[in-house]
Amino acid sequence: MIPNDVTNTIHDSSLLFSSYEAGSALKKALNMTREDILFELKASKLKGRGGAGFPTSTKWMLVAAAKGDDKFIICNADEGEPGTFKDRVLLMNYPFLVLDGMVIGAYTVGAQHGYIYLRGEYVYMRDYLEDCLAEMREDNLLGDNILGKEGFNFDISIVMGAGAYVCGEETALIESLEGQRGEPRNRPPYPVNTGLCGQPTTVNNVETLATVPHILLMGGEEYAKRGTASSAGSKLFSVSGDCDKPGVYELPWGITINELLEKVGARDTKAVQVGGASGVCVPKSKFNRTLSFEDAPTGGSIMIFNESRDMLHVLKNFMEFFVEESCGQCTPCRIGNQKLLEGVEMIERKDYTFSYINDLKDLAHTMKVASKCGLGQSSPNPFLSILEDFKDEIFLTKCNGGV
Amino acid sequence: MLELEKNNLTREIEEFAGNYNNNRTALMPLLEYIQGKYHHIPDFAQQEVARVLDIHPVEVYGVVSFYSFLNEKPKGRNIVRLCKSVICDMGGRCAIAKAIEREIGVKFGETSPDLKVTLEFTNCLGMCDQGPAMIVNDRVYTKLDPETACAIVREIK
Repeated sequence: MIPNDVTNTIHDSSLLFSSYEAGSALKKALNMTREDILFELKASKLKGRGGAGFPTSTKWMLVAAAKGDDKFIICNADEGEPGTFKDRVLLMNYPFLVLDGMVIGAYTVGAQHGYIYLRGEYVYMRDYLEDCLAEMREDNLLGDNILGKEGFNFDISIVMGAGAYVCGEETALIESLEGQRGEPRNRPPYPVNTGLCGQPTTVNNVETLATVPHILLMGGEEYAKRGTASSAGSKLFSVSGDCDKPGVYELPWGITINELLEKVGARDTKAVQVGGASGVCVPKSKFNRTLSFEDAPTGGSIMIFNESRDMLHVLKNFMEFFVEESCGQCTPCRIGNQKLLEGVEMIERKDYTFSYINDLKDLAHTMKVASKCGLGQSSPNPFLSILEDFKDEIFLTKCNGGV
Repeated sequence: MLELEKNNLTREIEEFAGNYNNNRTALMPLLEYIQGKYHHIPDFAQQEVARVLDIHPVEVYGVVSFYSFLNEKPKGRNIVRLCKSVICDMGGRCAIAKAIEREIGVKFGETSPDLKVTLEFTNCLGMCDQGPAMIVNDRVYTKLDPETACAIVREIK
């Protein structure tokens, strides 16, 4: 079913990748009240795993409390951030974990219908996931009166994306589901009140949903014992780039970059890009930083660059990505990213003035506050961090034999 | 487009949209279906979709032009999408791209004149741990080098 070219390399499986019997957490959940589930989630301090880190219990509580004719739960499987592939591994190896999480979410917030928004690039998974859904319908884990729970009707459909990075933003994703261009909405109102078709909607990352069944089985407080004070639990890191053992690692929040590099077998590392193209680039001198919401947050992407890599080339690749993927709706992001890319190209041609580069840095800060959605607010991150931390490499180039 | 083909397309669109009660939420799945079958979304199809869903044709065009997997111009029957994100780039994307271009005889961003193959770069495919990667139609290939990549595209040439 799934092409065998894809091998999912899993290292350090402590929780999410432990064995899970399909439906077991759901059975437990259906014997609990909705309030109890929310209480467990609150105790677990689970934060959204897509990158933004909004507390999941708060989101679900708001949807549960919102008034609407219909409510929806959406699994955000539009994993487009460069360097992220943890959701691919979860959906392919542990689909029932994710799907059970969705059904538990539906029960908790009172949703009748769920959608998996699967990115177009992952179309090879669709048939497999459809089979999983069919299996769940057979076992009454989906459908009417799920597992004999009177009045709990819920089903899931899969909707394919069509190659737009911005659709990972929750309101753009909802627009796309409604058959619109994937342009983010103004917020507020938030999707928890006015989401899909104007109804209360919760949009959760694949990994967040996959964590929920384990939290219910082990208890929220137990889960919160891992990790740090404001980043509880463990996280899947998608590690790629210059290292011996790329793949998905499940590690507790709060691990330092140094510790991670040692685990993955990285040598001569010059820089680590934390959080994908929209994240920050951490130079060698700051490898004692911790991966956590307090310090260096990430949706899971860890890209490793060794001494042989040209950081300006890396930055150019990122900026080209943002120019292409900006939805074009708001000016700071549409024009700003183009200007930043032009600036990088000027540096590449050695045809720049520092006063202009400084103007571009101001523009980058403006984009951070003036852009409408997370794309434009975070796309200046690599520009600012790479030009600052690698300025010797980028600006002190050799001329006439001297430096 | 022949009258017969047009009638067929209209029937298909009406049938597909009917399953969604002609609601606009049918738009993405419907466009994806047309793209998959006809390798692009012709003007006529856009108008018919608009009529059936009761929206303005410009709205349909707006959606088609927004998403990179939907096209209004004909593309090849086989689409090769090579990942150009930074990790695949470091793994030798450039050499692979050049080798594929030589093998097929067209450049990236172009379609072969016989409409058999389209070559495209795409952003991260989510295969960074086993790059360089590409997708040919719906199938993903990983850990490519110029030689293996050419062997794969030769099959569809």
